Amino acid sequence: MIHARGLARTFRKKKQEVHAVAGVDLDVEAGEIVGFLGPNGAGKTTTLRMLTTLLAPTAGTATVAGCDLVTDPVGVRRRIGYVSQSGATYPDARAGEEVVDHARLYGISTAEATARGKQLFRELDLDGLWERQPKSMSGGQRRRLDIAVGLVHVPGLVFLDEPTTGLDPQARANLWQHIRGLREERGTTVFLTTHYLDEADALCDRILVIDAGRIVAEGTPDELKSQVGGDVLTVTVEHAETAGRVAALMAALPGAEVPQVLDTRVVGRAPQGGAALMTLVRELDAAGIAVAGIESRRPSLDDVFLDLTGRSLRESGGPAGPGGPAGADRTADKQPQEMAR
Amino acid sequence: MSTATTAPPSPATTGPTSSVARDTYTVFARAMRMSLRNPAWLVISLMQPILYIVLFGPLLEPLSSQLGSGNAYQLFVPGILVQLGIFGALFVGFGLIAEYRAGVIESQRVTPASRTALLLGRVMRDVVVLLVQGTLLVLVSIPLGLRAPVIGVVLTLVVIALLGAAFASVSYALALTLKSEDAFAPLLNAVVLPVLLLSGILLPMTLAPGWLQAISDVNPLKHVVEGARSFFDGDYGSSTAWWGAGLTVAMGLLGWWFGVRRFRQESS
Repeated sequence: MIHARGLARTFRKKKQEVHAVAGVDLDVEAGEIVGFLGPNGAGKTTTLRMLTTLLAPTAGTATVAGCDLVTDPVGVRRRIGYVSQSGATYPDARAGEEVVDHARLYGISTAEATARGKQLFRELDLDGLWERQPKSMSGGQRRRLDIAVGLVHVPGLVFLDEPTTGLDPQARANLWQHIRGLREERGTTVFLTTHYLDEADALCDRILVIDAGRIVAEGTPDELKSQVGGDVLTVTVEHAETAGRVAALMAALPGAEVPQVLDTRVVGRAPQGGAALMTLVRELDAAGIAVAGIESRRPSLDDVFLDLTGRSLRESGGPAGPGGPAGADRTADKQPQEMAR
Repeated sequence: MSTATTAPPSPATTGPTSSVARDTYTVFARAMRMSLRNPAWLVISLMQPILYIVLFGPLLEPLSSQLGSGNAYQLFVPGILVQLGIFGALFVGFGLIAEYRAGVIESQRVTPASRTALLLGRVMRDVVVLLVQGTLLVLVSIPLGLRAPVIGVVLTLVVIALLGAAFASVSYALALTLKSEDAFAPLLNAVVLPVLLLSGILLPMTLAPGWLQAISDVNPLKHVVEGARSFFDGDYGSSTAWWGAGLTVAMGLLGWWFGVRRFRQESS
């Protein structure tokens, strides 16, 4: 469905070259749900905009849905759907009209477009909202309307840019259900970007991790997690001064990495977390160290990300994060708003 | 395409190929529908020229002998029509910025629709709106004392339509470049006032001192206004009339070229 080699995009800003995407190779097969994971500013949206013909690559080649990106952009456009981050509908229009108008631009008759639109409204739980104005719909409904717009011409491949950003947890879970449905009921290949690890984990067959304009890892969520050396052990001690001794014990576990000490918390990794935990508990008890908490868990995609890039993905997205990379290139379509403020 | 499972409706990829005319109509119909649904803007943009006619026009009546014209409205209405054509059209970019922000422009650009159609459909809506407004304006002026040959009025409206198309294209191109009202509004304001004052829309530039006339001679819109006045005087053969029309055609081509170029470019 998608085969890209060395796809790159360089922006020139104030005489400085910004390599938003610095040579991306990727392959997506028909019927897959592939997640493009990375922090804000990593180049996700720029890559997506190249693959959807909105932005010309400055280097590299790609075939999307069987058509060459550079020589046959119209062929690509005819075969793909794109649901951008900023939406696809005008707040004052009517929901149904937006779907029909969009379909008309693909040469679909009004009658056919109306039938398909109503079918999509049923599938996406938008029944009864045909005449509604997007501005009076909920965030989740609007997002599903955007998806209906992006699917009305029945593309075999659909690009979703940050589909659940800004939605509440319930609406997110609901949207995931619908995204899975695209593949199961329509056989649609889905390529989505996200900076939510749980989303990539729950939804995607395969994940491509992008950071600073390059793909730094790819695989199924399980493959990626198993790349991280072992399970994550966390011990929280009562008194910070004993943390050093805990770290020493942890480091002595078979196959363990040198643990990190964060005040009263000691975090390390060891293969077979359960067995390691048992050993550790016995040794802590023997040493008479007062422990407030102890756990072993399977590595998360966040651990994968931390491993690959040296920083946590949560830093860049989470409200409590220490800032993180200040989205240097962010999404091009968000810039005007930011500049306008 | 998709080889997996059975997709319920047949893929649209084999549908008819994109045609500029059909896409233009789709974009036009959509834009027109939006305008009609929210007519406040149309009314506001028409109110201003009507206020000029009703509240400023009478001031010219005692001066008409001095201005060398049959009656004041024969001189004033063409100017106000040109004003409507330019300034009504220049502001259409604001609507495009709102659409851009809502993601509509992007979502239209990923369709196979012709880029030209995305511009042309919108410009056609603007021209239709302009022609309706212009006609209303002429009708409102008749009871106030406008007397002008029908052919002259129609010719003027054609010129105004072309002028409006040119300025609407430019406005869309600028809006798509700036993408922010905060940048677009000051730019328009910076352009509008000097152009207005140097075009002789309110009073003919023949009243101006030499140096001011010289500056206004460089402004093509002054010649458009004078051309329109000649049409209203029934003076179809004069060089003034056709200079105005010719310059309008030139501006139309230039504006169209600029607009299409911007719409064809990738959005960055």
